[in-house]
Amino acid sequence: MINVIREPLIFEISSPGKSGVRLPNLDVPEKLDVLEGLTVREDLEGFPEVSETEVTRHFTRLSQMNYCVDFGFYPLGSCTMKYNPKLNEKVAGMASLAGVHPLAPEKLAQGNLELMKTLEKLLCEITGMDAVSLQPAAGAHGELTGMMLIRAYHEAQGNPRKYVLIPDSAHGTNPSSAHICGYVVREIKSNDRGTISLEDLAREMTEEVAALMVTNPNTLGVFESEICQISEIVHAKGGFVYMDGANLNALAGITRPGDMKVDVLHLNLHKTFSTPHGGGGPGSGPVAVKKILEPYLPVPIIEEKDGQYHLNYNRPKSIGRVKSFYGQFLVMLKALAYILALGPAGLREMTEIAVLNSNYIRKSLEGVYHLKYDSPTLHECVFSDKFQKDFGVSNLDISKRLLDYGLHPPTMSFPLIVHGALMIEPTETESRRDLDLFIEAMKAIDREARENPELLRTAPHITYVRRLDEVQAARNPILRWEKK
Amino acid sequence: MSYIPISEQDKKEMLARIGVESVEDLFCCIPESIRLKGLLNLPGPLSEPEILEYFEERGKKNSFDRYLSFLGGGAYDHFIPAVVDYLSSRGEFVSPYTPYQPEVSQGTLQVIFEFQTLICQLTGLDIANASLYDGATGAAEAVLMANRVKNKKRLLVASNVHPEYRQVIYTYTRNLGLEVVEIPYDRLGRVDQKGLESALNSHTSVLLCQSPNYFGVVEDLKSLGELTHRHDALLAVVISEPLSLGLLEAPGKLGADIVTGEAQSFGLPLSYGGPYLGFMACKKEFVRQLPGRIAGQTVDAEGRRGFVLTLSTREQHIRREKATSNICTNQAHCALRATIYLETLGRQGLKKMAWLNLQKAAYALETLTAIPGVSRKFGGPVFNEFVLEFPTDWNRIKQKLEEKGILGGLALGEAYQGLEKCALVTITEKHSREKIDRYAQVLREVLK
Ligand SMILES: Cc1ncc(COP(=O)(O)O)c(C=O)c1O
Repeated sequence: MINVIREPLIFEISSPGKSGVRLPNLDVPEKLDVLEGLTVREDLEGFPEVSETEVTRHFTRLSQMNYCVDFGFYPLGSCTMKYNPKLNEKVAGMASLAGVHPLAPEKLAQGNLELMKTLEKLLCEITGMDAVSLQPAAGAHGELTGMMLIRAYHEAQGNPRKYVLIPDSAHGTNPSSAHICGYVVREIKSNDRGTISLEDLAREMTEEVAALMVTNPNTLGVFESEICQISEIVHAKGGFVYMDGANLNALAGITRPGDMKVDVLHLNLHKTFSTPHGGGGPGSGPVAVKKILEPYLPVPIIEEKDGQYHLNYNRPKSIGRVKSFYGQFLVMLKALAYILALGPAGLREMTEIAVLNSNYIRKSLEGVYHLKYDSPTLHECVFSDKFQKDFGVSNLDISKRLLDYGLHPPTMSFPLIVHGALMIEPTETESRRDLDLFIEAMKAIDREARENPELLRTAPHITYVRRLDEVQAARNPILRWEKK
Repeated sequence: MSYIPISEQDKKEMLARIGVESVEDLFCCIPESIRLKGLLNLPGPLSEPEILEYFEERGKKNSFDRYLSFLGGGAYDHFIPAVVDYLSSRGEFVSPYTPYQPEVSQGTLQVIFEFQTLICQLTGLDIANASLYDGATGAAEAVLMANRVKNKKRLLVASNVHPEYRQVIYTYTRNLGLEVVEIPYDRLGRVDQKGLESALNSHTSVLLCQSPNYFGVVEDLKSLGELTHRHDALLAVVISEPLSLGLLEAPGKLGADIVTGEAQSFGLPLSYGGPYLGFMACKKEFVRQLPGRIAGQTVDAEGRRGFVLTLSTREQHIRREKATSNICTNQAHCALRATIYLETLGRQGLKKMAWLNLQKAAYALETLTAIPGVSRKFGGPVFNEFVLEFPTDWNRIKQKLEEKGILGGLALGEAYQGLEKCALVTITEKHSREKIDRYAQVLREVLK
C-alpha cells in the first residue's frame, strides 16, 4: 500500500467549510465591544480545512513512511536507539501526573516533586556525582548548562578564563555549547589509538583553560583509559573536567564518571534511559555535578524536608534559569520507570549486553569493512568505507543500500577523524537474529560494491522515495507550502 | 530482563565468536581502580504492575485535580481532540530518531514541513524552523539571532515579558558581553513607548516584547515596530498563548521581524511544565541566522517531491563552534502533536477556539470586577488572561480561595514590585459559565 498512494500535503486536500473537531457553543453572552483596541486578522489564509477522517488517514499514511525502532534495527552510532518500553508511555500519560499545572502550589504537586527528587537521587548514584539538575531539555542544553556552571565558578574566583579544550573526535554540540557560553574552543588532536594523549593535554592545559570537554567512551566507542590522569592534569591547572555522558550506555553499573574525577556531566535520558526520540525529540539532558559546582545549579532546586518537597529559588550563586518551569517532566517519568524496571542488576546487564552486541558486530565485520583504530571498543564501533572506496562506493551509498534491506543505516556525519565513517551502536535491545540480519546485509552489500557498484550508487530502490536531492534543497530552499 | 532479547545460549556463542571468555573481558579497557566492586544502590527491579502502582500512588499525592484552576501564565489547560493522542502515539512517530535518512523518514519530514507552513501562516512570516525547546529558550534564541543579524550589543527586553523567559534570556546572554535593558510598562499594561524611545539608540539590535504579554494585554505591535525600525533595530515578538493568533492579526503583518514562542496550547497537556514546544519564524532574509533544524522540499531521483533536513551549514554538526545555535535534539514529537491539533481544528476550529477564549475571558472579567473591591488593573485589550487588583495582598486572598477549592490566579508581586495586590487570571474554553460564576461567588464570600 505504502508506495501506491502518494500522500499530498494537508493544504492540498483542504476544502472550505470542513473541520475535524466539534467544539461547544458559547455559553456566555457574546459581546463585540471586546474587540476594541485589538487588530483582528481578516482570515487564516491557507489554513487547512479537513474532516477527522481525512486527518486520521493523512497521519496514518505519513506514519507508514517512517522507519522506527518498533519496526527494526536502528544502529545509529552515538544515538543509543534502544527499545522504548510501552509501560513508560502509560506512566507518562497518567492524568494525575501529567495534568498538573507547573505553577500549581507546591503542596498540590507533592507527588510530582517526589518523583523528580527520586530521579535526581538515582542519577547521582548511577553517575557517582553529588547533585543533579533536571532542567536542561536535551543533551546540548545540558552541555551548555554544565559549561555555564564552570564559568560561574571561575568568575567567582575572579577570572572566567578563556579556552575550552575539546578533542577532534567530539560531537558538534560540544564546541558549539562552549562557544555559546563565551569560550574559545581549542581542539586536541586524537592520537593513533583514537584517544587523548597525556603529553598533548599537558601542553595545552594552562591556567587560561576553563575546562576539558571529554566524551567517555569517546565517539569511537573507545574508553579513555587514562581518564584519571587526564582529570589530574586538568585539575592541576585549576580547570574542570566536563564529560559528555551521551555514551553512558557503555558504563552504567560498571563504572561511574564521579569515580573518574569528572566534575560535571550531562546525561541523555533519551539515549541511556530508553525514552523515545519522537522523530527528533523531546529529550531530556540532566546535569550532574560534584559538590564544588552545586551552588551554581539552575533555579529552582528541589529540596526535601520531613517528607515534604519544596522548590527553592533563593540561590544567590545560581546561574539562573535555562528553561521555563522544571524541565521535560514527562520524559523524566519514563526514565524513572525504566530504572525501576531494571534494578541494579538489570542496569548492569543492560550495559554488558550493549557492549557484547557491539563487539559481536565488530568482530563479524572486521576485515569486510575497514576499522581505522584497533583499540578495544565498548558500546559502539566505527568502520569506514575505505575498502569499498576502491570500487567508487561511499559510506552514503552503503547506507542507502541498507535501506533496501529493510535496515536503518549507521551514523555517517561524525566522528570527523574517520573519513567515510560508519558508526554502529546496536544497544542491548537487539536479538541475535536482528544482529545477524544486519551483519549479513553488510556483507552482502560489500559483495555488491565489488560486483555491481552502480546498484549501491543508485540506492535505495524500494523506499517511498528514491535518493533525494539535498543539494537542490539547500540551493533553492522551499521551506513551506504556498498557495499557487 | 524483558527488554533484553539475548539468551544465555546466545551469549555463549557470541562470546565465542568474539574470542573472549566472559563479558567481563570486554571491559578490560576500564582500569580496575575505577570499576564498581558490587551493584549500585538502586531500588528495583519492579514488575510491570508494581511500577504502575508506584506511579499511581505518587499521583494520589498530587491534589491539584481536586481544585478549580484559573492558572495560566505560559501553561494553558485547553481541550485536546482525541485524534491528537491517538495518532501521535503511533510507534512510527514515537520511536524514530531525527530524520537523518530522508528516504525512510518522509512521514516525520512532511510533518515538519507542514508544521513550518502552519507557523508561517499564523505568524505572517516567511520561514519557520522545526522547533526549539520551549518559549523561554525561544525568546533567548530570538535576541541572540537579532544580535547576529544586526551585530549590535544592546538588547531591549520588555519587562512585561514572562518573568521566566526573561530569566532565561539573562542566563543565555550574560557570558557573551551583551547588554540587556528592560523597558517598563505603562498604565495600559503595555510596553511604555516613551521608555522605549529613550532606550533605543544606534547600538540597539532588538526589542523583544510579548503579545499578549504576561499581563494578558495585547501589545500595539505596529507602533513598536515603527519605533524600533526607525532606530535600525529589529522587532522580535514572543508569544506564550498562540491560540490568540486564531483571532489577532499576524505579528509579521504588523512589523515583527522575528516571532518566537511557546506552542503548548496546541495539543500538549500541562505536563507539569514539559515537554512543551518552542517555535520560531522570521523574514526570509534572516534564514542563515535562524537556529535549529529546518525541513525543505526537494525531488528524488525520479523527480518526485520529497522532503529533507536542509540548510544544515547553520548547524552544530557541520559548523561546530560557528553554528547559529547548539541545539540538536529538539521537540519534534511535540511539533507533531501541534500539527495534528492545528490541522484537526483547521481554519474554522481555530477561529472558534480563539473566539470562545476571548468571549469567556470577557465574561469572567466583567463578572469578577462586578464584585466590590475587585478591579481591572490594566486598561489594555486582553485575549484570555487579565490582571485583577484586590483590596489586600493577593497571597492572603489566594489562600482563602484555595481553602474553598479554587486556584484563583497567579501572584505577580514577586516578579513585579507594586503588584502585590494583583493576580493574573486565565480563562480558557474549558471554563464553563458555571465554573466562572462559582469563582465569582466564592470570591465574593472571601472578600466580605
Ligand atoms: C556524543 C553526543 N553528545 C551530545 C549530543 C547532543 O545531544 P542532544 O541531541 O540531546 O542535544 C549527542 C547526540 O545528538 C551525542 O551523540
